[in-house]
Amino acid sequence: MSDKTSAANSANDNKWIGQRTIRPDGADKVTGRAAYAADTTMPGMIWGKVLRSPHPHARIKSINTKKAEAYPGVKAVITAKDIVEFPLDKSVMLGIQDMRWMCRNVMAREKALFAGHPVAAVAATSEKIAAEACQLIEVDYEVLPFVIDVEEAMKPGAPVLHDFIKHEGKPSNIAGRLEHKLGDVDAGFAKADVVIERTFRTAPVHQGYIEPHACLVSVSDGKATIWSSSQGQFMVRAMCAYLTGIPQNDIRAIPAEIGGGFGGKTIIYLEPLALVLAKKTGRPVKMVMTRTEVFHASGPTSGSFSRIKMGATKDGKLVAASGTFCLQAGALPGSPIRGAAGCAFAPYDIPNVFSEGFDVVSNRSKVAAYRAPGAPIGCYGTECVMDEIAEALKMDPLEFRLKNAAKMGIKAAHGPVYPRIGFVETIEQAKTHAHYAAPLPKAANGKLYGRGVASGFWFNAGGESSAQVNVNEDGTVVVITGHPDIGGSRASTANITAEVLGIDYRKVSVLIGDTSTIGFSNLTGGSRVTYASAMVVTQSTEHVITILRERAAKIWKIDPDAVIWENGEARPAGDNAGKFEPLSLAQIAAQASATGGPIGAGKQLNTTGAEGGFATHLCDVEVDQDLGIVRVLRYTSFQDVGRAIHPSYVEGQMQGGAAQGIGWALSEEYIFNKDGKLDNPSFLDYRMPVCSDLPMLDSVIIEVPNPKHPQGVRGVGEVPLVPPLAAVSNAVYNALGRRFYALPMSPPRVLAVMDMKQAAE
Amino acid sequence: MTDVQYVAPRTLDEAVKAFAAASGAAKILAGGTDLLVQMRAGILKPGLIVDIKKIAEMTAVEELKDGGFRIGAAVAGAVLRDHARLKKAWPGVVEATNLIGSTQVQGRATAGGNLCNGSPAGDSVPAMVAAGAIVTIQGPKGRRDLPVEKVPAGPGRLNLTPGEIVVCFTLPARPKGSSDAYLRMIPRTEMDIAVVGCGVSLTMDKGTVTAARVGLGAVAPTVLLVEEAGKALVGSKVGAGGLDDAALAKAAAACSAACRPIDDKRGTIAYRTKVAGVLLKRTAAIAAERAGRN
Ligand SMILES: Cc1cc2nc3c(=O)[nH]c(=O)nc-3n(C[C@H](O)[C@H](O)[C@H](O)COP(=O)(O)OP(=O)(O)OC[C@H]3O[C@@H](n4cnc5c(N)ncnc54)[C@H](O)[C@@H]3O)c2cc1C
Repeated sequence: MSDKTSAANSANDNKWIGQRTIRPDGADKVTGRAAYAADTTMPGMIWGKVLRSPHPHARIKSINTKKAEAYPGVKAVITAKDIVEFPLDKSVMLGIQDMRWMCRNVMAREKALFAGHPVAAVAATSEKIAAEACQLIEVDYEVLPFVIDVEEAMKPGAPVLHDFIKHEGKPSNIAGRLEHKLGDVDAGFAKADVVIERTFRTAPVHQGYIEPHACLVSVSDGKATIWSSSQGQFMVRAMCAYLTGIPQNDIRAIPAEIGGGFGGKTIIYLEPLALVLAKKTGRPVKMVMTRTEVFHASGPTSGSFSRIKMGATKDGKLVAASGTFCLQAGALPGSPIRGAAGCAFAPYDIPNVFSEGFDVVSNRSKVAAYRAPGAPIGCYGTECVMDEIAEALKMDPLEFRLKNAAKMGIKAAHGPVYPRIGFVETIEQAKTHAHYAAPLPKAANGKLYGRGVASGFWFNAGGESSAQVNVNEDGTVVVITGHPDIGGSRASTANITAEVLGIDYRKVSVLIGDTSTIGFSNLTGGSRVTYASAMVVTQSTEHVITILRERAAKIWKIDPDAVIWENGEARPAGDNAGKFEPLSLAQIAAQASATGGPIGAGKQLNTTGAEGGFATHLCDVEVDQDLGIVRVLRYTSFQDVGRAIHPSYVEGQMQGGAAQGIGWALSEEYIFNKDGKLDNPSFLDYRMPVCSDLPMLDSVIIEVPNPKHPQGVRGVGEVPLVPPLAAVSNAVYNALGRRFYALPMSPPRVLAVMDMKQAAE
Repeated sequence: MTDVQYVAPRTLDEAVKAFAAASGAAKILAGGTDLLVQMRAGILKPGLIVDIKKIAEMTAVEELKDGGFRIGAAVAGAVLRDHARLKKAWPGVVEATNLIGSTQVQGRATAGGNLCNGSPAGDSVPAMVAAGAIVTIQGPKGRRDLPVEKVPAGPGRLNLTPGEIVVCFTLPARPKGSSDAYLRMIPRTEMDIAVVGCGVSLTMDKGTVTAARVGLGAVAPTVLLVEEAGKALVGSKVGAGGLDDAALAKAAAACSAACRPIDDKRGTIAYRTKVAGVLLKRTAAIAAERAGRN
């Protein structure tokens, strides 16, 4: 059971906001009726398959598609020639993606840059024929030396992926650098009584969404329709337009129900290929990745190598911090160094900070966003060092964090001066929670026990959203937004609309529009959807209420200003407005035609004011010291969510982030073989935790409303993945008395460290 | 990919005939939880599939007059789990077979398939080795018996001649004071492949171990019978705290010494070697505790 939202925190008299209403997509999902992209089908549909490079790094000298084209059943074969090329010397950005890199990622151009990189694609009458035809394509490769590990890729003499990328004037794998500075770190460290400096490494980990990438594309009369699984139909449309040259008005992107993304579906892989194949053949083309393809060729997050140094005075005040974060971008630039370097020290009031990030390319699949991109990597090192300093100072680790916690008015190294934030509350609640006071089991039977804590930060985001709220003739309401629902946004939107209108939430249906039925809406990502769509939905609904008041005024023949909207009804504002029976939404809707026509309103905004989110996590572990197995026994997350519009979904986000973070800390990793090929491209050997690996993950929702949002919302979905890496690491240290500086803490690694410890004793 | 033929004969003779006639292009299908996965991955492309699940002899668990058991090679794990007397006599064999996969997989996966897939990490195999199971094989030239540890020849390879099919496993009668156990090390709690697997079967008489066999999985190209480990346990006294520590340490050392593992994505050589000894101690303790109750 999760803890109830504490009453003090949710001082509101809302009827629907904060209710655990029944999710609108639930029944369809558990009965298998929900339509995912792979469920789509069309008359005349054919299948596309991708031929992928077996080499991690190779120049493509030539591609001969003749045999494949002649193979019975094959309708078209495409290569990079069929995709619009963006010249290397001019950046064309779409959100955080550079089309120079996207055009080379969806189809290898000059070189194959990772094992699994698409080099050609085939459309044929069956998936089997398409796969067979791929094997008939002859690619003449000049195999090149490769490098995968981020540290190796930065060394002088490492194979260079792109000669057009230069660092300090020389061709290099360092594709970008970013820094944040505050105060003077040298002066700060000079004042410190305790300084700890450590190096940390993390392995690349995959988002692990259950649903593989899939799409169906149909082109008729020059107009394309794309059904696909993504975190943004507008992103799909824009990228496909760029990569095919078809204008946006001729592409309609329809978001299918999505089976998880976690950031990994904020870019596209199959859609432009299916679109080109559909255009060439005149037939609808369907493409579905296998799980193996998902692992080989869709973006995991970066592996990393970082160095963190922090200093504090004897009385426990942080005085300086510096961090260098080197992140593996994979084949093409774009690793989340902003998240790593920006979030690492953001939870604390540190007067002197230097934080830098390096974006390093290497021969694995191109990085894609993964929940709070970069932040878990940044906070992992910081929070482990925080623990070491607290220990050196003989301070309770939560007390040490509390003493240094960022508050309103503090300037963060990455830029902002914090408004009212709820970080302190997360630490205070952790400190006084029963979990923190509960005794750990005594070591017995080769099992050791430990407890760890860690905090974390994520920026959160606003950005563009559109909504349309329509009142139906029977007084029910349909809301359309432009965001694929990956975290419960439909349920939250229904709660908000019902609240603002004062009607039963069951009278509200929420739909996700496609690119031609709703205005531009940016990605479902950055923890922005409930935040931003709540704003446009609220404003649209308020506009609807204005219209409803006008209609009532018209019926009553009084001034609209003399009509108020209360509890879902229009009422005269006071006795002097006249004496009328209230008019319900349904009554006004029934007279809509007579009073001026259909009732509805839409709003489009580029939202701002999404303030940062903070969390503190507590973790208890058991370590089997003879087998090296670490199990999490108890886990509690404390997070300031601003306002929990739908607490069950908020808890789901908190639990999901903790689960993924535990996997990152203990068992998940990309393992490459000596030929540079991913050795564990399946859920069997890419070890995400299974249900039985985890205890119930408890979540404590803390509500410190965001003053810049109508309902007080802050983003929720990403912060939960930030603290777990360090929370688990600190717990393992507490159990074993030995620190790990690399993840995952898999059994062989734990046992190796235990053996070293025994040898030393 | 070529088209695949499928036959499901009712008798073993027909199955052997069809299997032998296809000379190498055929594959036996028991539960299919390895075969179909390998076909989907494109690793195997058989021209003929011979389904053995319709053959009565291969899908039955039979209790022998002498108290032993004969388990058909195509009996699914779920069936073994529900066989109360088998479970009482051979809890280790049953728990090992039941560790394979999930509930869904258990409805299909067989001990025969587990053995014939030839993986050194197959969970039921070390338990069968510890149990001293005898495997009956039938081929174009008739029937023969082999101790189970003699069946695997290397990863994915068996000491079977073309056309031969594994028919059943025979487990011997249990003297009083006997039991067995199986433990595996996996990083997760389920849905994983053994990094090390250990089966121990032993018999005790008046608090002394009189017979013991140890099977080890995932530490060498084939599942091993570790005779030295069994010998180390024989003669040891079982006290209040369980098996004698010195005997356990000796048996554990024998297990570690028998390991010839590889470094791979699932575990390192050092890790597997050490864990083989750890598991021996834990498995033997469970087997001894169970035997003490029989
Ligand atoms: C999700 C999942 C989880 C799994 N987990 C585990 C696990 O935890 N532990 C584990 O050990 N395995 C595991 N496996 C692998 C597999 O389930 C087992 O090896 C199982 O015992 C195979 O039995 P089967 O009856 O399905 O074999 P099949 O797939 O039918 O056959 C396997 C092989 O043996 C051959 N064969 C089968 N029967 C005979 C026979 N009588 N004579 C000659 N040849 C024969 C087949 O031709 C084939 O090559 C898992 C598989 C899956 C899909």
